[in-house]
Amino acid sequence: MKDAFRQSMAWLHTWVGLVAGWILFFVFVTGTAGYFQLEIGQWMQPERSVTAAPANADRTRLTELAMQRLEQVAPAAASWNVTFPYIRPGEREWMNFSIRWEEMPKSGHEYGAGGSEQLDTRTGAILPPDVEPRETAGGRGLYRMHYSLHYLPYQWAYRIVGIATMLMLVAIISGIITHKKIFKDFFTFRPGKGQRSWLDAHNAVSVMALPFFLMITYSGLLFFLFTYMPAGKAVLYGTDEESGRAFYDELYEGGAHRHAPIARPSAPMAPMLAQAAALWGADQIASVTIERMEGEPPQVIVSHVPVGLKLYDAAKLRFHADSGARLPDEPDPSGAPGATQTVMLNLHEGVYADYWGRWVYFASGLLGCGMIGTGLVLWTVKRRRFHLASGQDAREDAGVRLVEALNVATIAGLPLAIAGFFWANRLLPIGMMDRADWEYHSLFALWLGAFFYALARPLRRAWIELLWATCAAFALIPLLNGLTTGRHLFAAIGQGDWVFAGFDLTMLGLAACFAITARKAAKRLDAGSKAPSSPARQPILGEAQA
Amino acid sequence: MSGQGKCVTARYRWAVASRVVVAFGGGYALTSAAIVLASLLWPLPRAQAVMAASMLSFALYSGFILWAFHARHLRSVWAVSVAGTAGLSLAAWLLGAGGAA
Repeated sequence: MKDAFRQSMAWLHTWVGLVAGWILFFVFVTGTAGYFQLEIGQWMQPERSVTAAPANADRTRLTELAMQRLEQVAPAAASWNVTFPYIRPGEREWMNFSIRWEEMPKSGHEYGAGGSEQLDTRTGAILPPDVEPRETAGGRGLYRMHYSLHYLPYQWAYRIVGIATMLMLVAIISGIITHKKIFKDFFTFRPGKGQRSWLDAHNAVSVMALPFFLMITYSGLLFFLFTYMPAGKAVLYGTDEESGRAFYDELYEGGAHRHAPIARPSAPMAPMLAQAAALWGADQIASVTIERMEGEPPQVIVSHVPVGLKLYDAAKLRFHADSGARLPDEPDPSGAPGATQTVMLNLHEGVYADYWGRWVYFASGLLGCGMIGTGLVLWTVKRRRFHLASGQDAREDAGVRLVEALNVATIAGLPLAIAGFFWANRLLPIGMMDRADWEYHSLFALWLGAFFYALARPLRRAWIELLWATCAAFALIPLLNGLTTGRHLFAAIGQGDWVFAGFDLTMLGLAACFAITARKAAKRLDAGSKAPSSPARQPILGEAQA
Repeated sequence: MSGQGKCVTARYRWAVASRVVVAFGGGYALTSAAIVLASLLWPLPRAQAVMAASMLSFALYSGFILWAFHARHLRSVWAVSVAGTAGLSLAAWLLGAGGAA
């Protein structure tokens, strides 16, 4: 009985994994890159100067400058916001000193028009925009594709990704059940044994980061919670826009609120900032918001720098804008469920993590790619065996051949395409029309090209050649970067520019991984072709007939 | 569910297709009905209850899918999904879920 259960779960694991495998591989590759999206973005715009530490960080003075500007630019607004220069969590980038406002909504509208400006921290003058950097999809574009895909309407894309994610959840749980001796097997590796080795590798990689996979999958579903599971909200609140708004107002605002116009607070703001500074330290004050809800006094809300797992709702102090008196804290209306979702989303994005934490996320993401990749290869290895055993001759089964071609194209070809994305960033003419779009086109054209290549070439050659091509494409990126920007690896290391140095070194590391894989694949295939009489022995990479 | 090694008949293929439909489609309907009922019963402010029930629903959905692929009789899977969805929906309706819709 127990065995039957395991068997049925193995069947489910196999097929669910196959159906969702390639899209999940894409999601994992782009999502993993996303943990360094800021750094990749900086690399992709080498002429952009990274915001430096501010010349003046005195919150009281900055508030005064901001208020003067806001009174001029948005005299009767629904809300004002001043963001101070502070260093973002994980010590990655300074936020600019900026102001933001929302005008009173026109009748019949929920929100008013908004605006924002970056100001000089010493004079309060509006900062001229930066040197116009090259247009690029950037690290953000790469990262966004892991839920919005590309060439597809957004609404479709995140539903497709949602279905794949749900299949992943099913695959993970059924995989755990299939796996009889989870701890013993973890320490088992039988290299050079064809299917067994692939199974061992798949097990080891999957178990190593299992908590990460469960977390990333389940939390991924929570990002589009009410799109994927709308029933409760739809039945209890309704499906039209109005009732949807009522639901979110109740959940996040504790009921519907309407903005009333604000003006500069008549109470001095310095004591409010001083109170916050006494509690948190002055450099931990991230922003000041002034707003007023109908029927309530105007408020000044001082917010803490976002930290930790509840990043989206940082600690706040509220003050009466006219009397300056401290107002009581407002309970979070979304309660424990809201807090749970916040924590899950933060865990998914890893926004709280510093550099070391980010590398852990990155490594876990790569293990995810490894898990999916080995799983996909394992499917073809098993299949080929089955076809041979069932008396069908060694000729290619069309379905298996298609899966094998997709495997080569995705596992070896997608990384090649990502490298091509970086190449395009350096090689496309700077002033080109729709330059960012062409970076995406380069990626997908290369990926498609890899698929055709895998169909056209004998499968074993396709594996080896594409793996080497990917290796070369990554290995040459530091060289290309040095030739096109002057911020080459040695200069970067010399200047302690760890964003550029880290990027180049990561590219070299990836190239090394692909070189090892390509060498291993070539060795196995050569062994396979010397023994054409036993094609089943080397089924992994080979077409069966020599 | 192991069709490997045997000759794969059309009957087997239809059985698998039916199981896929009931596991994913029937499971989704059952999960949706369960969310509505749980939202009504959960002793939390209403919006929070909806959120809590919706967040947990993926666990229920996965559980149902796994069971659907393991259950010996396909008919019982269909029965549970149809009767379960109907029963939960009826209970929710009696509790007054229809009001806001």
